[in-house]
Amino acid sequence: MTGMLISLAVVLVLAILLLIFRIQTLVKVMKGDYQDTVKPSNGYHALGLVIFMVIGFALFFWYSSVASHHYLPKAVSEHGVKTDLMFWVTMSILCFAFIVTNIFLFAFAYKYQYKKDNKALFYPDNHKLEIVWTVIPAIVMAILVFYGWKEWSEITKEAPKDAVVVEIMGKQFAWQVRYPGKDNSFGAYHFTKIDASNEFGLDFSDKSSYDDFIPSELYIPKGKPVLLRIRARDVLHSVFAPHFRLKMDAVPGMPTKFWFTPTKTTAQIREELGNPDFNYEIACTEVCGRGHFAMRFVIKVVEEAEYEEWYKTQKTFVEMNQEYVLSKATSDELKKLVMPQPNNEPPTLLIKSDSIMNISQVDSLTKKI
Amino acid sequence: MELAHSTSAHHHHTEHDHDHDHEELSFIQKWIFSEDHKVIAKQYLFMGILWAIFGGGMSLLFRLQLGFPNAKLDWLQPLLGDWIKEGKLDPEFYLALVTMHGTIMVFFVLTAGLSGTFSNFLIPLQIGARDMASGFLNMLSFWFFALSSAIMMVSIFIETGPASGGWVIYPPLSALPQAVGGSGLGMTMWLTSMAFFIVSSLLGGINYITTIINLRTKGMSFFRMPLTMWAFFITAIIGLLSFPVLFAAALLLIFDRSFGTSFFLADIYIGGEALQHTGGSPILFQHLFWFLGHPEVYIVLLPALGITSEIIATNSRKPIFGYKAMILSMLAIAFLSFIVWAHHMFVTGMNPFLGTIFMFLTLIIAVPSAVKAFNYITTLWRGNIIFTPAMLFSIGLVSFFISGGLTGIILGNSAADIQLHDTYFVVAHFHLVMGSASFFGMVAGVYHWFPKMFGRMLDETLGYIHFWISFVGIYMVFFPLHYIGIAGFPRRYYSFTGFDFTKSFTDLNTFVSIAAIITFAAQFIFVFNFIYSIFKGRRAPSNPWKSNTLEWTTPINPEHGNWPGEIPTVYRWAYDYSKPGASEDFIPQNIPYSETKESNFENEVDPIESKH
Repeated sequence: MTGMLISLAVVLVLAILLLIFRIQTLVKVMKGDYQDTVKPSNGYHALGLVIFMVIGFALFFWYSSVASHHYLPKAVSEHGVKTDLMFWVTMSILCFAFIVTNIFLFAFAYKYQYKKDNKALFYPDNHKLEIVWTVIPAIVMAILVFYGWKEWSEITKEAPKDAVVVEIMGKQFAWQVRYPGKDNSFGAYHFTKIDASNEFGLDFSDKSSYDDFIPSELYIPKGKPVLLRIRARDVLHSVFAPHFRLKMDAVPGMPTKFWFTPTKTTAQIREELGNPDFNYEIACTEVCGRGHFAMRFVIKVVEEAEYEEWYKTQKTFVEMNQEYVLSKATSDELKKLVMPQPNNEPPTLLIKSDSIMNISQVDSLTKKI
Repeated sequence: MELAHSTSAHHHHTEHDHDHDHEELSFIQKWIFSEDHKVIAKQYLFMGILWAIFGGGMSLLFRLQLGFPNAKLDWLQPLLGDWIKEGKLDPEFYLALVTMHGTIMVFFVLTAGLSGTFSNFLIPLQIGARDMASGFLNMLSFWFFALSSAIMMVSIFIETGPASGGWVIYPPLSALPQAVGGSGLGMTMWLTSMAFFIVSSLLGGINYITTIINLRTKGMSFFRMPLTMWAFFITAIIGLLSFPVLFAAALLLIFDRSFGTSFFLADIYIGGEALQHTGGSPILFQHLFWFLGHPEVYIVLLPALGITSEIIATNSRKPIFGYKAMILSMLAIAFLSFIVWAHHMFVTGMNPFLGTIFMFLTLIIAVPSAVKAFNYITTLWRGNIIFTPAMLFSIGLVSFFISGGLTGIILGNSAADIQLHDTYFVVAHFHLVMGSASFFGMVAGVYHWFPKMFGRMLDETLGYIHFWISFVGIYMVFFPLHYIGIAGFPRRYYSFTGFDFTKSFTDLNTFVSIAAIITFAAQFIFVFNFIYSIFKGRRAPSNPWKSNTLEWTTPINPEHGNWPGEIPTVYRWAYDYSKPGASEDFIPQNIPYSETKESNFENEVDPIESKH
């Protein structure tokens, strides 16, 4: 019934509009000005463009200032602070060009609107002017390219040797992270070894995998370079940590990486923002299917000492999944590791090392099969 | 018929007498399988408008979801069936909508609908030819497009839904039916449809290029061609060089999907099993896709810019400023468009050094684009501007082109792109510079050439209403998206409730959705005006805008063959508006210098052989 009423109302409104349209057509015929190329409303459109521009700019300035605390969240990585500066420098140049060119466009449209006795100026070219406005943008572009290139090379250069290395893997529809454990060396993996328990496809014939651990949050120390080794196991994903100005695709079959240095702990930023529930987050920015919008993962930035403490107390994958590992174990060493020892001692971890992780060492050890 | 107007460059001048052997064509030959470029152009236009309504309508569905995330959408159930579950849009259907909206708008509306309509309609009319070089290929081109459209349309209604991996269809998502429902039959149909679309596009493009090179009338040298012709010519060349690459990518993807090859797939574990694919590279697909994908942006934009050049010059009553600079900048854009593609891939894991190179090349392309914008503005300077609806839409286009183009400078900077890539900032950027600008070019073209197409005028009051709602509306829709993008909101997200950093801006998203609904609704004013005026519009005079180009020298309703008598000879360029000394403020291209002694510049004399 409501449906019918609504459709009836719509039909009525349309009929009225049609009627108005017919009347205005007839009025135009009566007035006889319908054949003029220049309509009586010509000046109103010229004025309209200027009014639109003025209101548009007013809205632009007003909203840009009232919403300024919403856009571009505070950068908390070393490179992020720099790229933010570059963003705002570039943005200022762009806003200047945006405002000036639009003013010229609409002001000319208004000023040179049709007047009966006017004749346009026959002005087909002016080489000097054209060279000037080719060269100026070219110079500005050259400066921006140089600026961008400098920042980009900084960001994409090899990670420092003392970087903390974490592996992050995207799958439909979650992120998982893996740490190399006490030996500071990631165990090998292969996608054929993946199953419901072994999400990373850890290869237990590689001893380095024995002490790898897989926590539910990404812990990283403040002030130390962090290298993310990024991969995906099904479709493309993309690691996006907006607060760290970090984004890199996760590609099945082709590991990627991104390194950065966090500058504020989670606790610090919470205090700064006055928001005790604030968390650094990772989202997915490469469409990956049904749950694309829900691949949330939390990053916890802590002081270095707290990080070391946390790192030591993490249980390895092997410890957490003893039965599973036993079923897959082929070497006695591994079996010994997870089987209860006859003298009732807890299973022993193979490698104990407190040495600081060395990235080249990690690189050479983390080989794919 | 096609023999009568047989169109070899050497003969078409002397063959006008054959016009008298018209045999009556059947309805089917005349209106359906027509070989007349004007009919084919209208077929493209109708199809383009239909697709625009479809593609635009889809955007409303997902704007409903984004602007009113808590709304009950049960009332859409009669339309969408099982895609509405418990009053909510299905997330996979959301992705399908986004994908189809992109595909339809980019390819079917702004490539086929824009180039197909205006290249077909204007090329023979503006260069002075009786028809395209091959009427038959031209007809095939449209019908391949129709076939491609039919397949795409059917794919929307199948049970597993249409393709849903984004219009860029990156594998592995697009290759694996187990990854998303749309990658099943829907994706197969998408690829098939696009294969036919590419065939259509190539057949059309070959024709445009051949016609412009070979069939220009006497005196129509390349540097006397209107800028529309240059734009369509360059667009066709870009299409011819880039579409085959997409074809190759689609073909390899079909192999990966159906025949077990591994061009783009490697090391995949999905749906509880490890697949046998190894050694492929998903990045390779992205390179191939964007090798078309980026030139495609200019395939969409250049015709709109060409149309705008023509309309702005005509309605400012001034020559276009820097005619040769306009051509040079289009050539530069065309060339550069082939070597900037990887700026879509800065954070795909591609070697960062490549990123540096592509950042450099990308920012170069801003220079010719800036030149074009400056030239439009200078054309307005000291003009005597008549605001026809077409002119308003053209000015709107220039504004969109500037506003949207500028943000490209920041996205083309790889370091800044890290944060902005795949956020709403990108959405705002390309919807303004490519989507809205090209759409305005298309609409401007319809307002300007409707009298030539149908012999009647569009109602200008409705045109003005259409312009103002669309112009304001489009800025209201896309400008706010910049803020959302800078805040980091990712594209193609079904909902923003899952993250802390996307909790803000819900009011702005609602505002955008309302603006989108109003803007979309306003397009029906145009649709009504269009259909009404075809039948009931005021009859058009022969040259309603007092324009210089050749199409206005044809009869008001040109028959197949365009000119009843001899094809006019061209003596001058297309932009002799407001020439000092001339009595009128325009001198059409077919007026010899001998008739305009009072306004000729020094070296402007007719060539001797033209007096026959």
